[in-house]
Amino acid sequence: MRQALEGSLAVAKAVALCRPGVVAAYPITPQTHIVENISKLVADGDLETELVSVESEFSAASVVLGAAAAGSRAYTASSSQGIMLMAEVLFNIAGLRVPMVLTCANRAIGAPLNIWNDQSDSMAMRDSGWIQLYCADNQEAVDSLIQAYRISERTELPVMVCMDGFILTHTLEVIDIPEQDKVDRYLPPFAFDRRLDPSDPISLGALVTPEFFSEVKHSQHAAMQKALPDIVDADKEFKKLFGRDCGGLLAEHGDEEATVAILTLGSIYGTLRAGMEAHKSRKKVKLIHLRCFRPFPEEVLMAALDGVKDLIVVERALSPGLGGIVGTEIRAVLSTARKPPRVHNVAIGLGGRDVPLDMFSRLLEALKNGSIAEFSVFDADLSRLPEEDR
Amino acid sequence: MMEIRIHGRGGQGNVVAAYLLASAAFEDGRYCQAFPAFGAERRGAPVVAFVRVSETPILQRNEVRTPSFMIIQDETLLHEKGLTDGLKPDGGILINSPLSSEEISERHGAKMTAIPATQMAIDNVGRPVPNVALLSAFLELTGILPHGALKKALDERFSGHLLDNNLRLAHQAAKAVTKDLWKEKADAASA
Repeated sequence: MRQALEGSLAVAKAVALCRPGVVAAYPITPQTHIVENISKLVADGDLETELVSVESEFSAASVVLGAAAAGSRAYTASSSQGIMLMAEVLFNIAGLRVPMVLTCANRAIGAPLNIWNDQSDSMAMRDSGWIQLYCADNQEAVDSLIQAYRISERTELPVMVCMDGFILTHTLEVIDIPEQDKVDRYLPPFAFDRRLDPSDPISLGALVTPEFFSEVKHSQHAAMQKALPDIVDADKEFKKLFGRDCGGLLAEHGDEEATVAILTLGSIYGTLRAGMEAHKSRKKVKLIHLRCFRPFPEEVLMAALDGVKDLIVVERALSPGLGGIVGTEIRAVLSTARKPPRVHNVAIGLGGRDVPLDMFSRLLEALKNGSIAEFSVFDADLSRLPEEDR
Repeated sequence: MMEIRIHGRGGQGNVVAAYLLASAAFEDGRYCQAFPAFGAERRGAPVVAFVRVSETPILQRNEVRTPSFMIIQDETLLHEKGLTDGLKPDGGILINSPLSSEEISERHGAKMTAIPATQMAIDNVGRPVPNVALLSAFLELTGILPHGALKKALDERFSGHLLDNNLRLAHQAAKAVTKDLWKEKADAASA
């Protein structure tokens, strides 16, 4: 049913629709409303689940790891420093190939202390082995969450659904909450083959010596790559039942014959789309929303960039001392392309800086006049810095 | 698309005001978006929230810099430099003040419409929360949504005595302003 809902409440409702057996989370801004709303659903009797209150994110992640390893459908959510505190367990969850879903309400990592949105938290978990899906709006945050369980349970890989903190979590907008019976059809009860069961004991998390470690890592990598069609399939099947999709691995908008493309992840996509509509000329330009960042959708991205001469990669995080994270990866992928586009890479909207409507025009203008750098923090005002830091 | 900026202080229900207005727009069949300018909120600190109302899906998520209308829940905020910056030249300001519209406009050198929303809230709800009174007055001034839409939004959020009291408050606040005074401005902003 279509409703005007705050993003966090919509996500909590979506979690309930997935009928999780165990939810464990520790509140942290801007994820707090998700956990609060889940606990309200439980208190009101609208969600039957084992809701575990814990004393830290490390414990939250450990509880859901244990629960999922025992075969339960498990959920947690966090942000920023909370994700950092979970980090050790997140690598373990992925390495143990235990399926579950986590919502990352994206927020900057300190220092400097900052509670606002960017994507440095999920980007820091880039190599953790979690599938990462980025959401352009709250509808996608709801839909991707439901899809995430299907993907996770088919691939036996954990899925992190990344939604921009505040910008999505705290925004009330029109969101369609799927019907329970359809979600039940889409997401049948899950039986985890490798579940820990006292009546049929197996070992999980054994010490793996150098004799086997390389093979385990190879198979983890292969499993991630093999998950790509499952992610596409989950979105296609979702569309059959619910009449909408999230674009599969990536979404495109604009001129099919584009020679200029702007690629981004998350909610900046909407602001760039609105900026594009307000822009005087939209010819030969398109926008790409990279929904699936891990596993990296190399083939689909290459196809989307066919004919593109200039690509601007817009991201909400950076790797100090290198530059862009997504931009650098895309450059690497394109190194084998026949006619690769020039890649320009900018970080914008760090630590909650507002991304204005004219950002689309400013990026195109910078491209046109050649002022766009190989990498820059595009919206930084360098005049506020001492000469030696510029 | 119409853009509205709501200023208040922590504890005055600023985010609730934004959510209620957007929800009312949804109840009337529009697309809507409402979000706070996120800060380290605490009681009494200046806070800002944004609302967009549109006939078509709303794509952008940037802060509202050039609102058509401003709702100011606390007149002491006018001492903040640049509070009304960005207001469209033909825009309107609705303010919570015990002063008359003429008095407050003269005092601050800008045209505003005032209602004593805090007192109205105390009288009807028993708490100094001016948001519902201001929203109701705003709908009466602009005619952008029927009062029934706000009633539905209130009904989603409140129940029992609290709902009845808020509905009475909304009714009283609507009568305190001139109906459709800003209708032309609102029609121009929505176009």
